[in-house]
Amino acid sequence: MSDEIKPGLKSPLRRKLLMGMAALPAISMLPRPSFADVPATSAINTTGLAVTDSEVTVGILHSVTGTMAISETGSVEAEKLAISQINDAGGVLGRKIKFIQEDGASDWPTFAEKAKKLLVNDKCAAVMGCWTSASRKAVLPVFEQYNGMLYYPTFYEGLEQSKNVIYTGQEATQQILAGLDWVNKTKGSKTFYLLGSDYIWPRTSNKIARKHIEGHLEGCKVVGEEYFPLGNTQFNSVINKIKLVKPDVIYAIIVGGSNVAFYKQLKAAGIDLSKQTLLTISVTEDEIDGIGGENIAGAYACMKYFQSLDNPNNKVFVPAFKKMWGEKTVIGDVTQAAYLGPWLWKLTAEKAGSFDIDKIAAASPGVEFKGAPEGYVRIHENHHLWSKTRVGRAKADGQYELIYETADLVEPNPFPKGYQ
Amino acid sequence: MFGDYSLGDLGAIFAMQGFAGLILFSVYVLMALGLAIIFGQMGVINMAHGEFMILGAYVTWMTSNAFQQYLPSLFPGYFFVAMILAFIASGALGMLVEWGLIRHLYKRPLDTLLATWGLSLILQQAYRSIFGAREVGVDLPEWMMGSWQATDTIQIPINGMFVMALTILITIAVSYVLFWSRWGRQVRAVVQNRVMAGAVGINTEKVDRYTFGLGCGIAGVAGSAFTMIGSTGPTAGQLYIVDTFLVVVFGGAASLFGTIASAFTISQTQSTLEFFLSGSMAKVITLLAIVAILMMRPQGLFALKVRK
Repeated sequence: MSDEIKPGLKSPLRRKLLMGMAALPAISMLPRPSFADVPATSAINTTGLAVTDSEVTVGILHSVTGTMAISETGSVEAEKLAISQINDAGGVLGRKIKFIQEDGASDWPTFAEKAKKLLVNDKCAAVMGCWTSASRKAVLPVFEQYNGMLYYPTFYEGLEQSKNVIYTGQEATQQILAGLDWVNKTKGSKTFYLLGSDYIWPRTSNKIARKHIEGHLEGCKVVGEEYFPLGNTQFNSVINKIKLVKPDVIYAIIVGGSNVAFYKQLKAAGIDLSKQTLLTISVTEDEIDGIGGENIAGAYACMKYFQSLDNPNNKVFVPAFKKMWGEKTVIGDVTQAAYLGPWLWKLTAEKAGSFDIDKIAAASPGVEFKGAPEGYVRIHENHHLWSKTRVGRAKADGQYELIYETADLVEPNPFPKGYQ
Repeated sequence: MFGDYSLGDLGAIFAMQGFAGLILFSVYVLMALGLAIIFGQMGVINMAHGEFMILGAYVTWMTSNAFQQYLPSLFPGYFFVAMILAFIASGALGMLVEWGLIRHLYKRPLDTLLATWGLSLILQQAYRSIFGAREVGVDLPEWMMGSWQATDTIQIPINGMFVMALTILITIAVSYVLFWSRWGRQVRAVVQNRVMAGAVGINTEKVDRYTFGLGCGIAGVAGSAFTMIGSTGPTAGQLYIVDTFLVVVFGGAASLFGTIASAFTISQTQSTLEFFLSGSMAKVITLLAIVAILMMRPQGLFALKVRK
């Protein structure tokens, strides 16, 4: 490389521009900032965040070690991809994003401690992070106390709303209601057997599902509801019970390693998912990797994103993701939601014309991202996203085939009346 | 709850439920055998037992990939090769660990607990670095999947029967080795009186190493078998460790027969309760019952009299 570097064009920038060639299709969809109107740092950063004339620092806070690494890896990958694409397209308000990654180590106090470090020591302008509700609940007071901005990617049970958090995944009603309506309408299902791992998300979700089934779907009833400790590996007894009760729909919210055991044993017990309807809200393409496509083929999942979605944005996103992280990686619902985080933050900062947390929080409602792989999303006043609900059917190759999607965006409703 | 069902339906369900209990029993025996040998014969509390199992699972995964790539015609039989390789890999790692770590700590049982716990963390992170944080899916040959249709309404999982057969085989092999072979006599002699055993010419160090290796090797086979019914990931071993300890402690640490009896009691209680209550409640009641019994019989169901 030549020693003569022209003043004004720093070499890292040039390298990134070269890298950027790879992502040209993505860039072409975005407005190009011209270098002339880069706003002054003092104007866009009045609260002492880590913003320089050329860089802005954000944090990535996920578990890359411990039990949750299995789930959070995809989110980290998606966020890094989004950040590099944003940088290739000129950055945010004329500044490149620099990220500091911390490991929550699947341990909730560690999450809180690292969140504090990212906000207090590193002065991050935004943090993309957390996966489980427990980790989010652990960092929430930290973000509120030190006034940070968290972009949280996972679908979750709702019942929360904060000025300092943007929820890029679905809250429970967005994930549950449309799916139940669909299965009731198209399959004529009347009886539901609810299963879940024993913690807050499946229990809250099943509560909403039960209220909906019993209160809003005509002639439908719940014929069983059961929970299993996290990490449970034996499901033969409940499978026998299901065989006895013969519900129209098995509604399963089982997570983690238990998932694998459940579907393998379901298949081994002779329950054929092409005849028995099973609807899940906890199995994304990531989980199918561990379960094995042939064990779950035929099951329906209610999500907002599937890797197989056929739209122009997704056709650019999937190859870009695979190029960065390997041909074999799969992209699940949460991974896509994590990808939205950096983009939404960038769009919000540009709308607000500032990195100040208060201005970002105030400008968030109404921000729309047309380049989202799931199609189109918009931030609601309650800091959740308007997005479509989709039902997909698992195939033996580990992908979902889109079966149904809501005609309109579904309004996020984290505090649903009559469902609690 | 049974009012609405026909007698035939109920009969079929009870038959299948009986099998579910037996399968759970086999699973418990299989996962506890290795630990029972190590804990019972050597007094070492091996917290890394689950990770030795997962090593077996990863070996199975690699074997399945290798067969798919190089010997697709022999794929239906790969599982047997995989189990042998899993035994060798976990056994070898076990002997290495005994040599490098455990033998320095025989006089400090609480420290072995800490050391093996540390080892389990190291192994988990090693799996994560080598195989990735995500779970891997082990492909099974077609004949091992699905169920056997006994009658119109009774279906028995094939992989469950496979685990049962494997458990019986391994239990017989282990009993033979420990109670009828020359090496087994040496092991028992060392357990009963280490100093005297040494004095009559038994190489106690070697006996220790092979015992630990055998225990870990069986854990490897168990892990290999469990790829059929459970998940394979860096931390999947943690799913089994609590149940495993429960079975061993409840059975009386030093007794192979106790382990089997305890696995039977726990599995039957668990699967019956699971059928009538929910999964979490079944677990709670099972655990409460075990605590109550252990309060009355702290030494477990069957205790071997050992000269101290």
